[in-house]
Amino acid sequence: MPTKTYCWAIIDAMREEMARDDRVFLMGEDVAAAGGAFGASRGLLDAFGPARVRDTPISEEIIVGMGVGAAMAGKRPIVEIMFIDFLGLCLDQIANQAAKTHYIYDGMFKMPLVIRTSSAVEMGIGPHHSQAWEALVAHIPGLKVVMPSTPRDAKGLLKSAIRDDNPVIFIEHIAMHRIKEEIEDDEDFLIPLGRADIKRMGSDVTVVASGLMVARALAAAEQVAGEGISVEVIDPRTISPLDFDTIAASVSKTNRCLVVSSSHKNFGFGSEVAAEIGERCFFDLDQPVRRLSPPFTPAPFGRQFDQFLNPDADAIVAAVRDLMA
Amino acid sequence: MTQDPITLYQSMLTIRECEAQLNDLFAKNLFPGYIHSYLGQEACAVGICSGLNDTDYIVSNHRGRGHYLAKGMALKPMMAEMLGKATGICGGRGGEMHAADPALGILGGNGIVGAGMPIGAGAALAAQMDGLGAVAVVFFGEGASNNGAFGETLNVAAAWKLPLILVCENNLYAEMTPFAETVGQPDVAARATGYGVASEIVDGNDVLAVRAAAGRAVDRARVGAGPTLLELKTYRWGGHFEGDPRKYRTREEEAEWKARCPVARYRRHLVDLGVEEDRLGSLEAVVAAEVAEAVTFALDSPLPPPESALLKVFA
Repeated sequence: MPTKTYCWAIIDAMREEMARDDRVFLMGEDVAAAGGAFGASRGLLDAFGPARVRDTPISEEIIVGMGVGAAMAGKRPIVEIMFIDFLGLCLDQIANQAAKTHYIYDGMFKMPLVIRTSSAVEMGIGPHHSQAWEALVAHIPGLKVVMPSTPRDAKGLLKSAIRDDNPVIFIEHIAMHRIKEEIEDDEDFLIPLGRADIKRMGSDVTVVASGLMVARALAAAEQVAGEGISVEVIDPRTISPLDFDTIAASVSKTNRCLVVSSSHKNFGFGSEVAAEIGERCFFDLDQPVRRLSPPFTPAPFGRQFDQFLNPDADAIVAAVRDLMA
Repeated sequence: MTQDPITLYQSMLTIRECEAQLNDLFAKNLFPGYIHSYLGQEACAVGICSGLNDTDYIVSNHRGRGHYLAKGMALKPMMAEMLGKATGICGGRGGEMHAADPALGILGGNGIVGAGMPIGAGAALAAQMDGLGAVAVVFFGEGASNNGAFGETLNVAAAWKLPLILVCENNLYAEMTPFAETVGQPDVAARATGYGVASEIVDGNDVLAVRAAAGRAVDRARVGAGPTLLELKTYRWGGHFEGDPRKYRTREEEAEWKARCPVARYRRHLVDLGVEEDRLGSLEAVVAAEVAEAVTFALDSPLPPPESALLKVFA
């Protein structure tokens, strides 16, 4: 199997799907001539031409809104919003239009729209380029929210998102762009949306981790394995709809659960998982569900703040030990 | 779509009669929710849509019944939708601000002022990519021209020469605030030049003038010459919604505009052309009967079951 970076996995997914279906096209800021602000659409302009790979003005509402209108008129648009922090500029088109069109119009329109966006959590580039907003969009019914943590997942999930008839917010993480992984060389390689992945099997503690936190949870699991603590790491991959069945089955086995996320604890991803586990697995739990999240504050400019604010492997190790105490 | 003079009149009359009947239902407390009346603006929808094909798209707004009917939506399912009934064109889920018919290119209404403009641009983009000469029309009020989506839409439509006709129905009141108080330039069309978009100001109460301007804009769009902004100067007879006490304007002003009624004006034109009173009278009776039948159909139809709220969140 060929080895690909996270970034090239995303490019490959789009290239394969655009070749497969001529209704698929890409538009966003700097996606064509520049090949993407982070290089995640390199080569697509040459491969598919300027009608299907389009640089837009810096106009987020119309980037998403044109995606909605084009989808209603039979296209399968991929639109890019450069940073997830910019979703506020187009939230109406996401939450009121894309998410509700199929619903309001009684299923007469499908909404095969992929909104690719990037998170730069922990990259030190300041309060408007550092947020984890997956919980914000996951609160809206009608949207699917996907957040891959490996190149293979990124490719398989993006291909599924493009083939899906529903609006999907696809959250990439810039810090992961250079990670490499072997990926099946198959144009129909798909990873289904809405299914969690058990990244490491274990029996003592379930750690549910998303995005950037998955690798960190795996490092922590490796560390405590030497102490005889067996950690199961679950990556939901799709934030909404969330695969609670896989998480609940794991917690029923391990009886302990820690949720690690870059999203805030307050009304956040960890809170949602903890509440659902409380309802489903209360009598299986040996300990209260724990959450590790950044404090409820914006992130100032500078990596030292990011490192201070976000959970690291040591914090995960400490929390796991606590749960076992 | 509608070509001959009588059909234009019939289309305007149907809208007029629907609005009157709905207001009547509202007064009798038989209407659920708000009514955003289209009374007084009939010439806008009919003048614009009369030059469109079924393969052309329209995107409406929260004052949309005129647009739906002028683009050909069937009367009964439209009326039932307004009342939120299961026999409505959207199964009653959309209600007064949302109806659509993909087969006729009617891409919905909207509850969010201004949100339709980017959607219309997207439909125009799809039409441009398909290369079959279809165009997209987006209807919005002058109030929506103060929304950021307006500038974003004009800019990209001009940059990409989208086959888009932006139809601003300037009825002078942005919800419950006089438009003139919210702008430094009361002509919305004047903004088009700065974006490189062609524009015209048209008497929105003159269906033939609207139709002619729409024809020029559609022709430009079909041949790839890009977007046009049409500002139709008109007047909303009712309030922002039925029941709005209209404290922001005088009854005298309303009377002046009602004297410029677009339906009566076009009727006089038909009489001048030699159309017999009898023919017009019988057409009016037919339209009134059709609308009354649609209202009865809607009133007699069941509501969708509450548990159907759980359906169709996803495709």
